Amino acid sequence: MSIGHTLLGLLESGPRHGYDLKRAFDEHFGQDRPLHYGQVYSTMSRLLKNGLVEVDGIEAGAGPERKRYAITDAGVTDVAQWLHRPEKPEPYLQSTLYTKVVLALLTGRDAAELLDTQRTEHLRLMRGLTERKRKGDLADQLICDHALFHLEADLRWLELTAARLDKLAQAVNA
Amino acid sequence: MTLLDTRGTGNRAGGPPHRPPGGPAGWLRDLALGARFAVTGGREGWFRTALSAVGVGIGVAVLLLAASAPTLLNAWHGREKARENLGQLHEPRASDRTLRYAQADTSFHGDAVRGRLVRPDGAHPPVPPGLRRLPGPGEMVVSPALRDLLAEPGSGPLRDRLDYKVVGTIGDSGLLGPQELTFVAGMDDRSAGESYRIDRFGKTFDPQPPSARLVLLIVLACVVLLMPVMVFVGTAVRFGSDRREARLAALRLVGADIPTTRRIAAGEAVVGAGLGLAVGLLIFLVGRQAAGAVTLWDVNVFPADVLPAPALAALIAVLVPAVAVGVTLFAQRSVTAEPLGVVREAPVRRRRIVWRLVLPLTGLALLSSLVWEPDPVWFRAVRLGVGSALLLLGITALLPWLVEAVVRRLHGGPVPWQLAVRRLQLSGAAANRAVSGITVAVAGAIALHMVFTTFQAGFAEAYAKSAARPVIELSGSAADAQRTRDALATLRRTPGVTWAHGTIDALAGRAGDRGTRGADGHLSADSATVVVGDCAELRHRAPIGSCRDGDVFVTEPRNGTGRAPGSVRPGARLNLNPPDGYGEAGPARPWTVPDSARRVTAVRHPGEDLPGDVLATPGALSPALLRAPEMKLRVGYDKAQETAAVERIRTAAFHANPGMRELSAIDNPHDRQYAGVRTAVYVGAVVVLLLIGAGLIVSTVEQLRERRRLLSVLNAYGTRRSTMGWSILWQTAIPVVLGLALAVTAGVGLGTVLLTTTETGVRVDWPVVASVTGLGAGVILLVTALSLPPLWRMMRPDGLRTE
Amino acid sequence: MTPEGSILSGEGLHKHYGRTPALDGADFSIHPGEVVAVLGPSGSGKSTLLHCLAGIVRPDSGSVRYDGRELTTLPDAERSALRRRDFGFVFQFGQLVPELTCLENVALPLRLNGAKRKAAEATAREWLARLEVDDVHGKRPGEISGGQGQRVAVARALAGHPRVLFADEPTGALDSLNGERVMTLLADAARDTHAAVVLVTHESRVAAYSDREVTVRDGRVKEPLAGL
Repeated sequence: MSIGHTLLGLLESGPRHGYDLKRAFDEHFGQDRPLHYGQVYSTMSRLLKNGLVEVDGIEAGAGPERKRYAITDAGVTDVAQWLHRPEKPEPYLQSTLYTKVVLALLTGRDAAELLDTQRTEHLRLMRGLTERKRKGDLADQLICDHALFHLEADLRWLELTAARLDKLAQAVNA
Repeated sequence: MTLLDTRGTGNRAGGPPHRPPGGPAGWLRDLALGARFAVTGGREGWFRTALSAVGVGIGVAVLLLAASAPTLLNAWHGREKARENLGQLHEPRASDRTLRYAQADTSFHGDAVRGRLVRPDGAHPPVPPGLRRLPGPGEMVVSPALRDLLAEPGSGPLRDRLDYKVVGTIGDSGLLGPQELTFVAGMDDRSAGESYRIDRFGKTFDPQPPSARLVLLIVLACVVLLMPVMVFVGTAVRFGSDRREARLAALRLVGADIPTTRRIAAGEAVVGAGLGLAVGLLIFLVGRQAAGAVTLWDVNVFPADVLPAPALAALIAVLVPAVAVGVTLFAQRSVTAEPLGVVREAPVRRRRIVWRLVLPLTGLALLSSLVWEPDPVWFRAVRLGVGSALLLLGITALLPWLVEAVVRRLHGGPVPWQLAVRRLQLSGAAANRAVSGITVAVAGAIALHMVFTTFQAGFAEAYAKSAARPVIELSGSAADAQRTRDALATLRRTPGVTWAHGTIDALAGRAGDRGTRGADGHLSADSATVVVGDCAELRHRAPIGSCRDGDVFVTEPRNGTGRAPGSVRPGARLNLNPPDGYGEAGPARPWTVPDSARRVTAVRHPGEDLPGDVLATPGALSPALLRAPEMKLRVGYDKAQETAAVERIRTAAFHANPGMRELSAIDNPHDRQYAGVRTAVYVGAVVVLLLIGAGLIVSTVEQLRERRRLLSVLNAYGTRRSTMGWSILWQTAIPVVLGLALAVTAGVGLGTVLLTTTETGVRVDWPVVASVTGLGAGVILLVTALSLPPLWRMMRPDGLRTE
Repeated sequence: MTPEGSILSGEGLHKHYGRTPALDGADFSIHPGEVVAVLGPSGSGKSTLLHCLAGIVRPDSGSVRYDGRELTTLPDAERSALRRRDFGFVFQFGQLVPELTCLENVALPLRLNGAKRKAAEATAREWLARLEVDDVHGKRPGEISGGQGQRVAVARALAGHPRVLFADEPTGALDSLNGERVMTLLADAARDTHAAVVLVTHESRVAAYSDREVTVRDGRVKEPLAGL
């Protein structure tokens, strides 16, 4: 999962302090694994260096941790590209996809489109597996089926998520 | 809905739903639940319940009508008895409380008009029912129907004839029915000879036992009308049975056991039957208001006369719901509602023909046994009724076998035909049920028509033969020659009359004989007919040659070489006051045939009475001496203006003597009698066929609805609408055509057997067979046509939508 | 207007059922021999799209072109004739005529098209064999399993050598194994006869038999983003 893109995405809704960023991240995505503050700091430094964020201003009398970050135009573009780039289908990638869906919603992007894009990527792989299954022997069929069923499960989850997007949007924006 | 209802009821009863409390309470609950299903099925459910109710209702109405027959005939006969007093053996002596009474019937354009003449002897004569007082001379009281008829513009000739002053209207108690044409008028001298004295109205007489033919017709009509009604009731209570079975399956799923589902089904059927009873009562009450307008077999009654006998009405009220429940349970016998659907036991088992033949063959045997004559009438009637019913019932049992046997052999053919045949092969039961109703109705109608037609044709032939000669014969009492002359003169002056002859005829006894009656009831040959008339009239009876007033002739049979033993010789002594059938021999009034009487050869004109044994001119024998002299007038008229001429002749005769009787073959009363019944049978057949058509439409549309998805799929495949339309047509047509073929066979067969047993020539009324069959074909087209809009609606792609 | 080389295409299709929009400007095209999966959630308008493309339903607006002809303006009778001649259909269930034997069911479209009974049934026999159900032809649909029934349905859809096969959730009522087999047979047969297949499904494993997929969402068709 790309923490950089996630934090960038969180900044899209408005400039935040580093600590706010950590809190927002933990609230939405860090259920079982809260983000270490140092990670936020180092990620922000890299993003600053790449020109994807800028420092919005430092409040008087505050330490370095009180820096307010804001996303740049380049950063917005980068988030968009990341969101629309399908993940390589593999088992258990829900967390990445979930992050993407929530971020898409938080940033007012079309989450359904994201899901469609991901499905296309999945299907591309499934088509290959199906083709291999058709031509292969029983062992091939079993192996391919294992992968196919997992991929299908991903997609089912995606469908389910897509179907619940409205509810999710309400939840995340509440 | 159904599931929730059941669960709710189960909980309310306090037990788990799969073990309903036994006993009457549980039973009642099941029945009530079924009753609720009958009325809570939405619009379609209501439609089916309503159709069942109408079907049962029509059956109930017919049954109530049949149950009213005894009351109706009692009322009818009762009023006839109360108002009449004709043909008394001993006349009472004239007193303050007697009157002279005579009949003055006439007819107008084929409608019989009952006329009675009265002349009181004193101040307190009896008054017949329906009249407040007796009309005086030149006055009459009329029935409402006659009053209306007289007021019609085309009734001029009748107004001329009944030129009395109308002084009142006869009340209902003096009428047989609202349509009866009758009048009571004051008598004048013209009819004195016809009249006799009575001291009261009302008399006891027993109606003649009905003829074998009439019994046959009545019993057959009852069977023919009631059988299809019963079949229809059986079909009607099964409307929507597929839905019902699905519902029962759902009930099984939530734990109802099989007896419970049976009770629920029974409850549902009871509601339909109960509604049917109500509808039937309504149809009956509304329908009987029309009774006054209907004349069947010359019987026309008041609506109030159409009242079911209480016992029979109670029987109907109990029997119809019982039959409905019985039919429902019987239909369920081979069907078990299982939780996950309906199991039809052994659906592919072939129908066996053997027991199906038992019913019609038993019926046929019973009918054939009618050839033995000497049984009492009621026993014949029972065998006739049971035999016809068995034969017709046998058809309904035979039809499913026939349809199945024929359909099994059908294959190939174009697609619509294939679809229809396959459909019938798999499940033709619903269609069969409906069609068996058609079959019974059509077979019965054909048989009834055949019997009617044959009887009627016999009468019609006789009448046609007689009526071919344009002659009316009139007879009335006549005491003097001048009256006869006047009547003849009047008739000859009447436009349209081509000729008129008439004499005065009377019976005389041979001298010394007291007159004896032969075993056959006819007067034996020791009597002679005396004919009195002017020379010109006598010349018409025999070639008498020269003749003057005062001459007498005796006739001899034409072929006689010598003196025939029966003829009267000149010089013979006759008794002009012979004893008649009443055995009341007055004092002998002797008269001698003059020796100068000439012997002449009798001429017998076709269609006329014997010429008479003694022909006398009034100068030789005064009619006043004769006992019960009758003027016999024969009037020829111009066939080209028959209708007008006949009415004018009747008017002239009425004016000569209102009591004059007409003997002619102009109006065949049987035409009217049979035509009325034929129309009734026809209307009944049409109603039954339409009802059955309605039933077929319901089952077809129900079937279509079940196949909604399939129809949409077939539409997606580009199936032409016409292909599906034709398949529905075939699906309806195959059973109906087979049913009609069976019906025509059975109908003609039944008719033939019946006519053979009554020794009447068999005659098939092919136009009627054709038209009844045509009606059946019309039903096919109607059902198909009315099924097409729903078919096309179901073929829409909506049926493909699964979401 | 027609996308290059396509045999069937729809453009700007709108269809309302009552006030509910089922299609809201959908575009679609398919090439001969191509298998296209139509995916999308329930109620997205997949089936309506199929119905419009097949000429079963006339769209409120938009155009459907098949083989150079505009379908939306064809009268009903001609569209029916077209469906009989050039199209084949497989649905999820309830498509076999219960009274007819399986053989007669497969022969039905051929006969509707005017073929003689003998010839139609001979062809039907071949197709039943090809779909590995040659043992059912004398049986009625009620007497065979769901998987067999669906194979009979596929045989029926392909027996008339359609140029476009419309399959609406063809495996929706089958278990995985039967579904896989039916899809394999369907896809192979379609490829052999060079029929285009419009495959409506919500199962990605079924969609994986396609050459390409489109997604219907809110009455619009989303093509996969190119170049990613």
